[in-house]
Amino acid sequence: MRLLLVLALLLAAALCLSVAFGETGLTLGQYASAFADPASPAATILFAIRAPRAAAAALVGGALGVAGAVMQGLLRNPLAEPGVLGVSAWSGCAAALAIALGLGAIPGVIEGSALAGALAAGAVVAALAARFREPEMLVLFGVALAALGGAMTALIFNLSPSPVTLAEINAWLQGSVANRAWGDLGLALIPMAAGAALCAYAARALRMLTLGEEAAQLSGLPMASLRVAALAGAALLTGASVAVAGVIGFVGLAAPHLVRGSVSDDPARTLAPSAFAGAILLVLADLVARVIPTEEELRLGVVTALFGAPLFALVAWRAARSWRA
Amino acid sequence: MSAALELAGAVVRRGPRTVLADVSLSVEPGEMLGLVGPNGAGKTTLLRAALGLQPLAAGEARLAGRPLAALSEPARAALAGYLPQERRVAWNMPARDIAALGAVGLAPREGQKLAEACLAELEIGDLAGRGVLDMSGGERARVLLARLLATRAPLLIADEPAAGLDPEAQLLILERLQARAAAGAAVVVTSHDLALVARTCDRLAVLCEGRLCALAPPREALSAQILAEVFALDGALVETPAGLTLAARRLATN
Repeated sequence: MRLLLVLALLLAAALCLSVAFGETGLTLGQYASAFADPASPAATILFAIRAPRAAAAALVGGALGVAGAVMQGLLRNPLAEPGVLGVSAWSGCAAALAIALGLGAIPGVIEGSALAGALAAGAVVAALAARFREPEMLVLFGVALAALGGAMTALIFNLSPSPVTLAEINAWLQGSVANRAWGDLGLALIPMAAGAALCAYAARALRMLTLGEEAAQLSGLPMASLRVAALAGAALLTGASVAVAGVIGFVGLAAPHLVRGSVSDDPARTLAPSAFAGAILLVLADLVARVIPTEEELRLGVVTALFGAPLFALVAWRAARSWRA
Repeated sequence: MSAALELAGAVVRRGPRTVLADVSLSVEPGEMLGLVGPNGAGKTTLLRAALGLQPLAAGEARLAGRPLAALSEPARAALAGYLPQERRVAWNMPARDIAALGAVGLAPREGQKLAEACLAELEIGDLAGRGVLDMSGGERARVLLARLLATRAPLLIADEPAAGLDPEAQLLILERLQARAAAGAAVVVTSHDLALVARTCDRLAVLCEGRLCALAPPREALSAQILAEVFALDGALVETPAGLTLAARRLATN
């Protein structure tokens, strides 16, 4: 409980920083005017541009953090995350297809496609998980699924007629929370809440899986349905994240590792703190993306990958310890 | 009173191969059964079949007289606890938390208390707070056995619980399982250490190539003939002040 409180305070601080700072520097007087006059330009910057953006980063980061924690627990693999199982790849691919088909202008179509892509990949993974109980097999299938999703996306690029479409797809795939409105977030909240509920329901299965598949199967828990719930929950969270912000990697990997030590490595108790940790990470990453003075604003997916990839290597290095043991 | 575990004509096939051929046996409450046989004889398959982890091509498995197929997951867990051979633990959880995973149906605090008692029973009570990945292999094996003991199931099945441990720890583990049998549980253990199971088990089941070659008290089950035919050993069980031991040499194969 104390951990969650500390993380909530840190998230609040990160959100405040994210709203207070950005590309446009404001004077103290302008900050004051923003609070005094909701119609002032400063108020627009703070509350209509930066605040929904920060909230989007927090939501997406939180969702990806939980999705990563669930997948790591489910696969008993510290390197698992939505990207590993191909869920992100298919989500991104479906969104890219919607853009390439010229449906991007219809509100909600890209987002719906992203969610559908994630759920489709999640369904395939769930079917495979029911058939093959070994987590190693599931990771291998995930790699294949991710590669196929990547190839399909490349194919869409390949066959795309116009450079404008290409740029649009590219922007989507690199991930960003720029220019998000409050309305976009409200819509994403529904699948996110459903996903979070499913993950919370499946948490006890993750704890039991610490001992391996067979011990878990005989623990008295309805493992088959809990496993499907966990995968569906993670797919919903991932799909909703991609719908809001495009493809953003490594947050799902990093967040659980930052908090695991504080909950005695218990995979069930990792979920809630991972949500906060993922939210904090992404809010800060988005702040970095905005304040680094580059000609084109840095894409959020690029920032998380730059930090995340070395972390991935570090986690692999540390995981080798438990695999040797 | 019905047997804690009963296999009737159990057959398991893997592809074209029959890995378990018409095996029938039962384990009564209060009995400790040792399951022995050369590598690949089907010991683990038999345990998995008995627990419903391995589908039967023919025959039936019953727990406490009830067909496995009729048991819900919680009912099955209440009737049998299983310690798999695989000792890999995914996360570095403290020993207390790992052992408490066995305490299904108890409130968290009571579960932890029971877990600590089981760890103490295996003489690693002082390691309750240590992460299992920071432990030696032998210590971790005891933590996992403590998890099995914490299930308080009337049937305890342990696949190679003593493998890779030092002699004192091997005896300790088998003695603790013996104590559970003495307290009324049915216990099934597999081992490659014939002397160890001969000393601690009431009966031995000898598997060879998926068939049950002997099912009897240790001295009968490990007769000179069985030792020769199944294990390719020339020797016998010998009574010593400390219990049975095995004196044998490799049977010349040519």
